[in-house]
Amino acid sequence: MKDKAQVLDKETISRTLMRIAHEILEKNKGVDDLCLVGIRNRGVHLANRLADCIKKIEGKDISVGALDITLYRDDLTLIAEQPIVHKTEIYFDINDKNLILVDDVLFTGRTIRAALDALIDFGRPRSIQLAVLVDRGHRELPIRADFAGKNIPTAANERVEVRLEEADGKDEVVLGEND
Amino acid sequence: MTNTSWTRKDLLGLEDLSREEIELILATAETFKEVSTREIKKVPALRGKTVVNLFFEPSTRTRVSFEVAAKRLSADVINIAVETSSVKKGETLIDTGTNIQALKADIIVMRHNCSGAAQVLAQHVDLSVVNAGDGWHEHPTQALLDMFTLKEKLGRIEGLNVTIVGDIAHSRVARSNIWGLSKLGAKVTVCAPSMLIPAGFEVFPAQVSHNLDEALAKADAVNVLRMQFERDGQTAFPEQMEYFRNFGITEERIAKAKKNILVMHPGPLNRGIEISSEVADGQNSVILEQVTNGIAVRMAVLFLVAQARDRKNAIVNKKRPRN
Repeated sequence: MKDKAQVLDKETISRTLMRIAHEILEKNKGVDDLCLVGIRNRGVHLANRLADCIKKIEGKDISVGALDITLYRDDLTLIAEQPIVHKTEIYFDINDKNLILVDDVLFTGRTIRAALDALIDFGRPRSIQLAVLVDRGHRELPIRADFAGKNIPTAANERVEVRLEEADGKDEVVLGEND
Repeated sequence: MTNTSWTRKDLLGLEDLSREEIELILATAETFKEVSTREIKKVPALRGKTVVNLFFEPSTRTRVSFEVAAKRLSADVINIAVETSSVKKGETLIDTGTNIQALKADIIVMRHNCSGAAQVLAQHVDLSVVNAGDGWHEHPTQALLDMFTLKEKLGRIEGLNVTIVGDIAHSRVARSNIWGLSKLGAKVTVCAPSMLIPAGFEVFPAQVSHNLDEALAKADAVNVLRMQFERDGQTAFPEQMEYFRNFGITEERIAKAKKNILVMHPGPLNRGIEISSEVADGQNSVILEQVTNGIAVRMAVLFLVAQARDRKNAIVNKKRPRN
């Protein structure tokens, strides 16, 4: 992939996450019965950061889980490389919780569809809301984000890459083109 | 986790696998173990796939373990026991295989009394073949679950001393364990009376001992094989009690070994022949955990071979951006 432009830098990412944290708290009226589940890999890092932001605002810890959706994908046979299955780690009861599902980029919506299927196998949350850092459009399913950091209009052959300190050594969102 | 990808449509044995491939199976199994702890113990990864259990030898635990594994992946499972099948009417193995293929099944899990049967079948069908034990040759998923248990309990495999006791001559479990453990850097010692160790055993990367106390002295784990009386019992050993005296795993022997030695057994147990009840049910025993881990390991194997076969058959997808 060739990088074309940086669309978010480190400071903007952290301000954006703080804003999303405020929005989550506003909509859910506080932290009671609230939990976060990130989609592996970068969604988990973002969920952890949102939990930190929420703690700064409300002074309370909330549960964070990690969801691997590989086994629920609808394109397992289509993707070129073998996906590596990672662990799902949701060590708290999601029944009757307001669950915020967190991912880095919202694109076709198929990842979110798979994540919803996976979550339902763990219980029956009172609600599931979706928070993403970037919404790049091109939905193939009737799915939308409740909290979006930034809407970035893209062409289908472009690629949005979210890089995070925890996984990539630095914070940035770049727009690139597939080779 | 390793970056190796799995490209084999079959799992026939551990002798051919690389260290990285074995590590990939074990790492994938770790993920699948979590699935069995959920309230809904099922994921849709193999939905729409058909797994045929084709067993030419009696087996309960391996067959049931594969069946549970396939069902937790949402596959459909068909069990063919040879006693009730057309093999009794003279059908050849390859004909049986091509007929199963004509049913549009996806994976055959086979146990056969002839060494090499799984390989023959795999060459003649386009389905994935998983070897669930062929003659005296290999039983790869058993060895993988043994290694998974070792790694889970002791944190590593590299550098461990593992002693395998019992009927080495007729044991595919021993052979698969020797290949797998040695590739992952463990030192394997096999221990048995000389009549139960075949001539030419030097080709295997394992030390041979005929003295159980010596073989147990430095062992981190002991894998106790079942005395296979239904196979070759009378000729191999005239006296069951004599075997127990010299090679049975007893409390006294375990007391002299390393304090936290793991006691493993592939089952089914012959209590009082190769292992005493006190040890089998004692605190060093991980025999039932092996059974639980077997499901995770078999889920991983079924998933990986099905994926590899699908990818080979798939019309190569145009480079589609993924997010």
